[in-house]
Amino acid sequence: MKDKEPKKRIGLFVCHCGINIAGVVDVEKVANLMKDYPGVSFSTNYVYVCSDPGQQMIIDTIKEKKLDAIIVAACSPTLHEKTFQEAAKLAGLNPYQIEIANIREQDSWVHSDKDKATRKAVKIIKAHVAKALRNESLQPIKVDVKKRALIIGGGVAGLQAALDIAEHGYQVLVVEKNPSIGGKMIQLSETFPTLDCSQCIMTPKMVEASRHPNIKLLTYHEVESVSGFVGNFKVRIKKKPRYVDEKLCNLCAECEKVCPQVVPDEFNMGLSFRKAIYMPFPQAVPGTYTLDEKNCLGLLPVRCGKCKDVCEKKAIDYDMKEVIFEEEVGAIVVATGYDLYTMQAIGEYGGEKYEDVINGLEFERILSASGPTGGVVRRPSDGKIPKHVVFVQCTGSRDTEKHNPYCSKICCMYTAKHAMLYKHRVPDGQATIFYIDVRAGGKGFDEFYQRAIEEDRVLYIRGKVSKIFKEGDKLIVWGVDTLTGKKVEVEADMVVLAMAMVKADGIPDLLRKLKIQSDIHGFLSEAHPKLRPVESLNSGFYLAGCAHGPKDIPEAVAQASAAAAKVGDLFAQKELLHEPTIVTVNDELCSGCAICITMCPYQARSLDPEKGIAVVNEVLCEGCGACAAACPSGAAQQRNQTDEQIFSMLTAMLSEEEHV
Amino acid sequence: MFEPQIMCFLCKWCTSGAADLAGTSRIHYAPNGVNLRVMCSSRVDPQHILYAFRAGADGVFIGGCHPGDCHYVEGNYKTLRRVTLFSKMLQDLGIDRKRLRLEWISAAEGKKFAETMDEFTEQIRALGPLDLKDKVLKREVAKDE
Repeated sequence: MKDKEPKKRIGLFVCHCGINIAGVVDVEKVANLMKDYPGVSFSTNYVYVCSDPGQQMIIDTIKEKKLDAIIVAACSPTLHEKTFQEAAKLAGLNPYQIEIANIREQDSWVHSDKDKATRKAVKIIKAHVAKALRNESLQPIKVDVKKRALIIGGGVAGLQAALDIAEHGYQVLVVEKNPSIGGKMIQLSETFPTLDCSQCIMTPKMVEASRHPNIKLLTYHEVESVSGFVGNFKVRIKKKPRYVDEKLCNLCAECEKVCPQVVPDEFNMGLSFRKAIYMPFPQAVPGTYTLDEKNCLGLLPVRCGKCKDVCEKKAIDYDMKEVIFEEEVGAIVVATGYDLYTMQAIGEYGGEKYEDVINGLEFERILSASGPTGGVVRRPSDGKIPKHVVFVQCTGSRDTEKHNPYCSKICCMYTAKHAMLYKHRVPDGQATIFYIDVRAGGKGFDEFYQRAIEEDRVLYIRGKVSKIFKEGDKLIVWGVDTLTGKKVEVEADMVVLAMAMVKADGIPDLLRKLKIQSDIHGFLSEAHPKLRPVESLNSGFYLAGCAHGPKDIPEAVAQASAAAAKVGDLFAQKELLHEPTIVTVNDELCSGCAICITMCPYQARSLDPEKGIAVVNEVLCEGCGACAAACPSGAAQQRNQTDEQIFSMLTAMLSEEEHV
Repeated sequence: MFEPQIMCFLCKWCTSGAADLAGTSRIHYAPNGVNLRVMCSSRVDPQHILYAFRAGADGVFIGGCHPGDCHYVEGNYKTLRRVTLFSKMLQDLGIDRKRLRLEWISAAEGKKFAETMDEFTEQIRALGPLDLKDKVLKREVAKDE
């Protein structure tokens, strides 16, 4: 890199930081030595450069000496880079002309040999001179924000986020694939640890969302595709035909009475039946019937047409077609929830073979007052009240070999709740729980679990279940009690499996449409596990609820509110400012090999179809520089960290010229 | 005693943070390394490594985030692949691969950073000077003559 040195007037300010730097590094000597260094027009040292007089000195010197760039040799840039950038701005200097040479944390504080530390300080400063000589003045990239949010998923997390954003005063679209909002929470009976009725707390939220002037509910809709970037997404949404005009339907239920098609009811987990024209559950929002096209006879060539005949409101229309339309939004909250691990996956528990081996959500419906048995605990096979129920925790969770390695988090608590509620309904019954560990870390959780044991006399057996099979009308559960080391055989009337929480069914497809990332289990990845837990890595996408990982209701609600607050932060800005230190492409050098495209985790790279060369979407680029390192022709360069800058810094740092 | 020159490329989010933490915790270590902060370890191009050796470095160190913790999703995996491949090439170029080291050091691991610096300095000291700069210069001079 023997190109000619660029010309600039650089000012150097070496900070003593009291004795923090000056105690080890000979700051005066450094400042003096650097006076004659090529490119440096001014060099001084000062006791506390970050102090008010120190900053004023910088401002005055920039003006007085007509400096093009400054270097502050002081503490880590994480501390005062912003401070000095602001000071420089006051003097009319572009903030990207400021370099911070870290001679405290990475020099004076870690070395005791004064001579060596001083030499190192000089090397560090020289490298920053080399870089400063080649720094460009940059302006933040400005992007408009469309102040309208899209929420995908109308469960408790999605609705909470929608309500919060709507309360901030912004428009919200909620897309829900099912005929009604409500998600999984509306299916639950009572919630731990307070045992309040889930529907009683969920329905007011649903109604509030449906009535809010800023919220538009798009139920029975699905997201088709998303393009654009933060602040400016274009979303194509598919409206699935309901075959019933929701504005006309007055819920008279005449259609349902005459419909001849009987199918298992999804809301009751298949434990009861519904008609092909149905309302998912009495409190459904929007309150309208939906005709399920898979099961309806009327849509077949030989039409049945019975429901249409009885509908006085003329709300039924068999010719309704799917409609696709486009909406513009600035932020997207993904709150698509979860599904349960299938019982087929664990053949030895017989969930597929035996009607009386059910999953947790089925048991929720059995316990629910609005459920298939009206809240009386009856087993599905013969409707008898079970006298001994076995609950198996961690079914499909915490199994690194065959199933899911993670903990599904809520099963310990809801199993305790199930056992407790069962005992309240069947006081002379026996509830036995097989567990690996009880994880009751939450407000009031451990007390709740203790109550299950002490007040409700639930029997906890520490160990796994190996097999469940039928003998007569009993289910035999083979397990082990790891506290005594003995095999256990339990005769049960019904078995409830606490199936693992897994990613929602349509997640892989949705992720492809949104181009956002998930972990290996299909749960959405957050931008930072500790510090940015509700944002996706891709700007403009936010996460709420179990789409992100197993969590209970309060956590899902808290995360949704946090996501809404983040959306509020975004919308509160007039325009978005994006860091300009991104990668650019030199048209003349780029051959269009497309290696950079595979390097980019943000889909910021693409090939220009006309020119056949790589381009960078400057809003999506986060400036990691991975593509610049991969570019075989040097066409991709990171602004203010170009190859030339790195090479010149290396030369400056490694040169053996004796300056000290 | 031979004092090796070590060039350290530190990722801004993790290892540079670790170096700062070593500072705030006042953990002393060998002063042979000089640090160049990059946004991500994946910004380090094998050319930069080679250039550093040519410019006089006896050892090159790259510090990134632990696998799974990369600020840019997967930059450190890219670095791992590049460095693994490139260290094989180094061997072919006659540079001991032990002169190039990649470590995952999180921003919470100030002590690990200091220990790694001490250890790597000793390792390079044992290997002796690389003198690539001199060798290259000699060859260039010979060519000119």
